[in-house]
Amino acid sequence: MAKILMKGNEALAEAAIRAGCQAFFGYPITPQNEIPGYMAEQLPLRGGVYLQAESEVSAINMVYGAAGAGARVMTSSSSPGISLKQEGISYIAAGELPCVIVNVMRCGPGLGGIQPSQGDYFQAVKGGGHGDYRLIVLAPGSVQEMADLTALGFDLADKWRNPVMILADGILGQMMEPVDFPESYEPLQVEKPWATTGAVNRKPNVVNTLDIVPDSLEKKVEQLLEKYERIKQEEVRWQEEGTEDAEIILVGYGTCARIARSAMEQARKEGIKVGLFRPITLFPFPEQQLKSLAGPRRSFLAVEMSAGQMVEDVRLAVEGRSPVHLCRRLGGMVPTPEEVLAKIHELVEGRVSQ
Amino acid sequence: MKTVFQKPESMTDAQLHYCPGCTHGIIHRLVGEAIDALGIREQTIGVASVGCSVFAYDYFNCDMQQAAHGRAPAVATGIKRVRPDNIVFTYQGDGDLASIGMAEIVHAAARGENITVIFINNAIYGMTSGQMAPTTLLGQKTATSPRGRTASEMGYPIRICELLATLDGPAYLARVSSHDPRHILQAGRAIKKAFEIQQQKKGFALVEVLSTCSVNWGMTPEKAMRWLADNMIPYYPLGVYKDITAEEGA
Amino acid sequence: MRGQVLINEERCKACGLCITACPQDVLRLSKTINSRGYHPVEAYQPEKCTGCTLCGVICPDLVLTIQREIPERK
Repeated sequence: MAKILMKGNEALAEAAIRAGCQAFFGYPITPQNEIPGYMAEQLPLRGGVYLQAESEVSAINMVYGAAGAGARVMTSSSSPGISLKQEGISYIAAGELPCVIVNVMRCGPGLGGIQPSQGDYFQAVKGGGHGDYRLIVLAPGSVQEMADLTALGFDLADKWRNPVMILADGILGQMMEPVDFPESYEPLQVEKPWATTGAVNRKPNVVNTLDIVPDSLEKKVEQLLEKYERIKQEEVRWQEEGTEDAEIILVGYGTCARIARSAMEQARKEGIKVGLFRPITLFPFPEQQLKSLAGPRRSFLAVEMSAGQMVEDVRLAVEGRSPVHLCRRLGGMVPTPEEVLAKIHELVEGRVSQ
Repeated sequence: MKTVFQKPESMTDAQLHYCPGCTHGIIHRLVGEAIDALGIREQTIGVASVGCSVFAYDYFNCDMQQAAHGRAPAVATGIKRVRPDNIVFTYQGDGDLASIGMAEIVHAAARGENITVIFINNAIYGMTSGQMAPTTLLGQKTATSPRGRTASEMGYPIRICELLATLDGPAYLARVSSHDPRHILQAGRAIKKAFEIQQQKKGFALVEVLSTCSVNWGMTPEKAMRWLADNMIPYYPLGVYKDITAEEGA
Repeated sequence: MRGQVLINEERCKACGLCITACPQDVLRLSKTINSRGYHPVEAYQPEKCTGCTLCGVICPDLVLTIQREIPERK
C-alpha cells in the first residue's frame, strides 16, 4: 500500500477504524483532539458510532457499557482526562471488558501544559485506579506504530478480555510521518458469549464487578493475577540496537527512544560503545530481557520526560547487577540528544551524578 | 381458580434483600410487569446503579450491567449506541441520579438518548444508612443533616422531572408514587409507557417514583407511606411533565 | 366471588403493608417464624377474600400469589 503522510493521532484513529472499532466515546482535550475529530468525521460513514460525552468520566463509562455489550470500542484523552477515567478503568479491568484507551500524554501535574510528557507512566503501568489490576500498555515510537499498536491493541484486548492502553505523547500525536496500512486487516475473531446482547434462548448475562463476599472476590482477583502472569509470558515486546557490545545501554520508550537513538549514533561515532533498549510493551515490562543484559561492566541510562518513572522498573529488572542512571526533562521540555550525550560522557569519565 | 396476580417472568426467584416494607421491591415488580406485558424480556438490557438497588442484577431476569455510582445513564448510552434494537433501562436512586450522576442524567436527557430511566426518589441515601440526598426535604433529619436540612446551609431539594422538562431531548417525564395500591397501579402504567416510548424509538423517558425508606426515616413501613403522601407529594407534585405522544394525540 | 391468597412464608418480612391494604381484613401476622426470624402473614379469614389483588400490589417482596374464581360464562 502506498505510504500516506499523516499525523500520529489521525493514523491511530484510521487504524482503529480498520481494526473494526464500532464505537468511540470522546471528549475534547489537547493534544489528542485529532482523534475524536477524525472519528467524528469517519466512523459514522464506516458503520461505527461516534459520541462526544459530557465528560471523560461519562466517556469511559460509555466504553464500559458498549464493551459489556460485546462491541469493539475505544476512547482517547490526555493526562488530566485519563486521571478522570481511572475509576471507570478499574471497573473495566475488574469486569474483564475488552477495549482500547489512548493516552496522548501532556505535561503535568495539575492543569500543567500541552507539551509532551511521559509523566503518566506509573498511572498507566501500576494501575491508576483502585484495586489490583493491570492494563496491557503499548508504547508507540512512531506514527507507523501509532497505527500498528492500536490495531494490535484491539486484538490483545479481545484475546485477553482486558483493557489495553496506548501510551503516546503530544509529539507522537501531533507529528506527521509516512504510514502505510496493511492491504486488508484481519481482526482477531473472538466469541463473546458473556456479552449483554439480550438473553435470547439463554440464561441472562450479567456484567458486574461487585462482590461483597471476600473469599469469592479473592478468587476473582487471583484469576486476574493469573491472567496477568500469562500476559507477561506471552506478550512482551521490545527492540534492541547495538546492545551486544554496549558498555552503556540507553533505555527509553516512545519519543525518548528516538532521542536516545540519535545520542547512541553520535556516541558510536566517538567510539563509545552505546546500545539502545526500547520497551514497546510497558506492561508486560521486558524484565527478563533487561536482566539478561545486565552485568558488571555495563550500566544503564534511562531517558524520560518525567521525574523518572520507568527507570524504577529498569532498576527492578536489573536487580543491582548494573548501575542505572537517569537523564530527564520535566514540564513539557524535551531532552535533546546533546543532553543525553553529555550524560554518556559523564558516565564514561566516571564522574557520575545519580 | 385462575391466577390473577403473581411474580412477573421478568423477575428472578431470588429473595429481595431490601428492608421490610421498602418500596424498591414494589417498583422492581412494576418494571418486571411492564417488560412482561410488552414481551421484551429477551431484548432488554438493564443497568443497575449503586445504592440499595445495586443488587438489581440479581432480581431482573434479563441481561444486566452494574454501573459505577452515578454513571448508569452513560453505561446505558454505551449499550444503546452499539445495540440500538435492544431495550435498555437504568434503575437508579436519588443519590445516584441527582447527586454524583447529575451530569450523566442531564446530558442523556438532553441527547434524547433512547433509553428508559426508572428513578427512585426516597429523599435519602439508603444503603449507606441514611445520609442527606439532593432530594432530602427542608427540615428533614438525616445522618448528615442531624438538625434538619436548612436551605441556608444545604441548599434546596431538586425536582428532577421539572428540571429535565426544560430540555428538548426528553420524550416522556412523569412523577408517580408508590405509597398505596392506587398510586402503585398508576406508577405501573407510567413505567410501561416509558418502555413503550423507547420501543417506538421516540427518545428519552424517565419515571420518577416517590418511594419510602422506612428504616432510615425511622418509621414503620405503614407510617412511612403516610409520611411520603403528607410531605413528599406537596414538594414533588405528581403528574406528567412531558409527553410528546400526548402532543401527537397518540 | 371467591378469591384465594397463596403465601410464600419464606419471602415475607412482616412489613404489614398487605394487612392494611386488604379491604376485607383477611390477613394478619402469624405466630410462626420463618428462617429469617419474621412472623409471616397468614390468611386468617380466607373465606372473605375476593381476589382483589390489593395485597399483592403493595407487597414489596412478591410473597403473595392471588387466585380468583372466574364464573362460568353461560
